[in-house]
Amino acid sequence: MLSPVDVSAQIARLIREDWGRILSALVSSTGNYALAEDSLQDAVVSALEVWPKKGIPINPDAWLITVARRKALDRIRRGETADRKSGELALWLEQHRADPEDRDMVIPDHRLELMFTCCHPALEEKSQVALTLRALGGLTTDEIARAFLDKRAAMAARLTRAKKKLAGAGIAFKLPEPEDLHTRTDAVLRVIYLIFTEGCHASSGQMMREELVQEAIRLGRILTGLLPDHAETRGLLALMLLSDSRRLTRRGADGSFVPLDAQNRARWDQARIREGIALTKSALGAGAAGPYALQAAISAVHAEAPSFADTDWPQIVALYDLLYRAQPNPVLRVNQAVALSYADGPQAGLDLLTRIEGEGRLQSYQPFHACRADLLARLGRLDDATQNYRAAIALSQAPEEAAFLEKRMDALNGP
Amino acid sequence: MQFICLIYNAEDNGPQPGTDEFGPYMQAYADYTQEVQDAGVMVGGEALQPIATATTVSVRDGKTELMDGPFAETKEQLGGYYILDCKDLDEALKYAAKIPDAKYGRVEVRPVMVFD
Repeated sequence: MLSPVDVSAQIARLIREDWGRILSALVSSTGNYALAEDSLQDAVVSALEVWPKKGIPINPDAWLITVARRKALDRIRRGETADRKSGELALWLEQHRADPEDRDMVIPDHRLELMFTCCHPALEEKSQVALTLRALGGLTTDEIARAFLDKRAAMAARLTRAKKKLAGAGIAFKLPEPEDLHTRTDAVLRVIYLIFTEGCHASSGQMMREELVQEAIRLGRILTGLLPDHAETRGLLALMLLSDSRRLTRRGADGSFVPLDAQNRARWDQARIREGIALTKSALGAGAAGPYALQAAISAVHAEAPSFADTDWPQIVALYDLLYRAQPNPVLRVNQAVALSYADGPQAGLDLLTRIEGEGRLQSYQPFHACRADLLARLGRLDDATQNYRAAIALSQAPEEAAFLEKRMDALNGP
Repeated sequence: MQFICLIYNAEDNGPQPGTDEFGPYMQAYADYTQEVQDAGVMVGGEALQPIATATTVSVRDGKTELMDGPFAETKEQLGGYYILDCKDLDEALKYAAKIPDAKYGRVEVRPVMVFD
């Protein structure tokens, strides 16, 4: 017999898993996002009350969607929806009453439409992110606010505004037109990647933020399942898995940042690496590689290397060239300079940095100075290195970064 | 569903009357209007006289007050509009992007309210 705590944890997990699919089916049939979300929330509250007493139904999805439809009908009857079509909708819901214990009910999957809707470019990007976490991830407003270090009221207002726009602006619940599919899919990938990077920036102890990483991976898996032919979707999932494989080794016991060359490779997550490498290969094999697939490929080369010194640096240098061609951003050249310094020596890396120092806003980009400091130190130019470390420290935003660089700088004059 | 496309631009921005660009600019508007008519989405649309002709009216405590000029002193002013009947926002945004002034100014797209 499960304890009540186990039961509620099991229920919470079930609901979290199924939330997006059930919500997508409800939005598809009601055509009203806010009503669908409120009604599903009502059904969840009922489930948390009823299931611990009567047991979890055989088909929990059928139970939730059936109860949610009833709740939607209640809400319409109470006159809560200002929807012009609420009369028709009430009739439809009336006709589609079902038995919550129906074990054969098949719930259609409209998560792809839901993703494209939440990531519609007519919504502000941060709202796209929040809405995606709410609609597909089943996170509560509280959880999303905590994850983004926002005030609850501000996040609630943002979500309300976004839902009003969905309701009134004429954003259709549908897949994009074929000519828009490419850019619209890119927007969905960007939202998932933003969720991921936000989670990566969490310092230890910020549980909700760390969970964003797992949530982004889950969304990436769902999208990969829904768009099996889209190489960049696989590329993104691969990139996230490979990066996450090093999560445990990226920080020391005291929470300090541990660079790649000092990480304990034995503790890298091999299951994540195997899956990430397989996805990278399939994403690269599908024609012109996109930026996510190329970043995944770079991460895969690191993952496959037995040690930092035995890394295939020329391969990484070449991959950065391809990535720069797909996405001409001078920041990539800074990363490439690191790889080049191990492939052809620190002077080669330094020459590359000298070539690009006037580009973009590299002068205010902390890693540019940190990288140059490291290369100068390896060339024995200690005074120049110290000067560059100072510039990098001044530009550091996180205290752990500054602490890491200070330690490096102090080591220059050490024993 | 009906959408209004509100065309905003600074009056000294974009092709000006008397320049070589002005003829093709006007022709682009004629072509665009023809396109939305042929597509069956045109409900209405007009260009407005310059803001120098604007008078702003308000009534306070039963008293009508007039102000010479547009209601907001912004650089970009409403210069014209189209009302289009589109199947959804995506379609409306596509037509809005083709309005010649989208290249110079900005076009705000809003659904028209429907009352029962």
